[in-house]
Amino acid sequence: MKKYIDTGKKDTRSGFGEGLAIAGRQDERVLALTADLKGSLKMGAFAKEFPERFIQCGIAEANMVGVAAGLAITGKVPFIGSFAEFVTGRVYDQLRQEVAYGHTNVKIASSHAGITLGEDGATHQTMEDIALMRALPGMTVIVPCDYNQTKNATIAAAQFDGPVYLRFGRPSVPNFTGADEPFEIGKIYNLNEGSDVTFITCGHLVWEALTAAEALEAEGISAEVLNVATIKPLDAKTILASVAKTGCAVVAEEHNMAGGLGEAVAGVLAAEAPAPLVFVNGEDKFGQSGTPAELMKAYGLDAAHLVEAAKKAIAKKK
Amino acid sequence: MATIEELSKISSQVRRDIVRMVTAAKSGHPGGSMGITDVMTTLYFNEMKHDPKTWCRCGKGQDVFILSAGHLAPVLYAELARAGYFPVSELGTLRKFGSRLQGHPCVTDALPGVFKPSGSLGQGLSVAAGIALGKKYDGDPTRVYCLCGDGESEEGQIWEAGMWAVHHKVDNLIAFTDWNGQQIDGPTKSVTGLEDLSEKWGSFGWDVIIADGHDYESILNAFALAHNENGKPKMILFKTEMGHGVDFMAGTHEWHGKAPSAEQCEAALAQLPETLGDY
Repeated sequence: MKKYIDTGKKDTRSGFGEGLAIAGRQDERVLALTADLKGSLKMGAFAKEFPERFIQCGIAEANMVGVAAGLAITGKVPFIGSFAEFVTGRVYDQLRQEVAYGHTNVKIASSHAGITLGEDGATHQTMEDIALMRALPGMTVIVPCDYNQTKNATIAAAQFDGPVYLRFGRPSVPNFTGADEPFEIGKIYNLNEGSDVTFITCGHLVWEALTAAEALEAEGISAEVLNVATIKPLDAKTILASVAKTGCAVVAEEHNMAGGLGEAVAGVLAAEAPAPLVFVNGEDKFGQSGTPAELMKAYGLDAAHLVEAAKKAIAKKK
Repeated sequence: MATIEELSKISSQVRRDIVRMVTAAKSGHPGGSMGITDVMTTLYFNEMKHDPKTWCRCGKGQDVFILSAGHLAPVLYAELARAGYFPVSELGTLRKFGSRLQGHPCVTDALPGVFKPSGSLGQGLSVAAGIALGKKYDGDPTRVYCLCGDGESEEGQIWEAGMWAVHHKVDNLIAFTDWNGQQIDGPTKSVTGLEDLSEKWGSFGWDVIIADGHDYESILNAFALAHNENGKPKMILFKTEMGHGVDFMAGTHEWHGKAPSAEQCEAALAQLPETLGDY
């Protein structure tokens, strides 16, 4: 199978920080707002280079959304940054009225998403944010897989006209996509051609899927790996073509079942071409404290579980 | 700029419009709209620098009005139509299927004069503050006005915006509150601990001005005082009477969100002279 080189583990939130600074240089309309989490969101480089375009909002996320919508009305391109839970669930109504229904060009920078936030525990580990953001008409939902892709997705989000939800995380994970590979919003990246099963995945699970595909290859099983970096709008055509070829799929994500990538893919396949599916996700549970690796293993979100899931999916074909 | 006599005539017509619109729609919020009409007429026909012909949602080069308490849509629509943003004939479509005059304001069909959707309470002051900061970035000397309800001020986000606007010194923001002491479930005093809005806004660091929302001299004077560019956002607390202008609708929360019957509409219109011609 195609080889991917980990050029050194990095956190995706730092990819956002670098991308934001680049976007700031490319376009003076780009502004950065945070609710007392400048450091956690890696906005420091932007704030240092463009102090007058960095706007501190304090621990008041609802107001931050409104201020950003107001700035967007005047033609600015505001990025609002906080932890995933506090920039989605806490402010769902504000995002709904002022950003989605209000058609404002606000970019939602959502860090520390999912269970890999780790030690802080379930109050901070949202596994529901993709569901909330997918539910908003007109919202673009992006979940990049590593540092480089998060950087490039941030640059693309700044150039895109319309609200964008950009989800990334806290832990250091393998960095393997192209450093300057332009990010195409709406594109599914096919990372490995396969014939027996398709991994349909996003975010931190993409590297796990590549690792699982390698293990499966050693057992004579050929796995395709789709990196669904844009969950909405969903590239149904690529999913249908892949599953038509392999005959089954594993949909894996660091998110719960309800409203996540799994249900989105199931919706596409159920309507067009039903196929055996196995879901790997947080099911219907809250997280807990632990290291990211401990939690990924405990919740079945690692390569070993993906190998088993792929075999189950293939067995369902018969 | 309109004289006080002219403002009074416009307000009478706007109140007629509100009563007729809500009656025709068979639902809506006439009470608050009629209570803040004199202030809104002064805003659109005397205070703001604006031009319907060159209006754009970006607000560039013009004063911006943000309605935070979205259920006051009837008075906003009537003032906008009377000011020339769209034909007054369109007022009769309020709340009807396919109308640009949605039950609560929206931007989906680009109704001129509307900058943002409103309806979910407590959010407009934040947006107004953001637009005010955007104007400062652009070196645009025009102002941003924002109408909040007193009941709406029970929303926590209002006070988040209150802190933020002071910290970021958006002194081009003139907010005003429809201080009528009423909300859906009854007098504000009986609902929760809103207490003294003047002390609250003062303690947050805003310049606070108290005015009589049914006395044009008082309204004009309050806006003039709010032009002070001293680094502080301004909050004008307009004492108003819900349902003002029609005796059986005035001073009670009963008409917060209720449409008059055909008979009640006739009785109300008899108390509101037709000054500019009904739509």
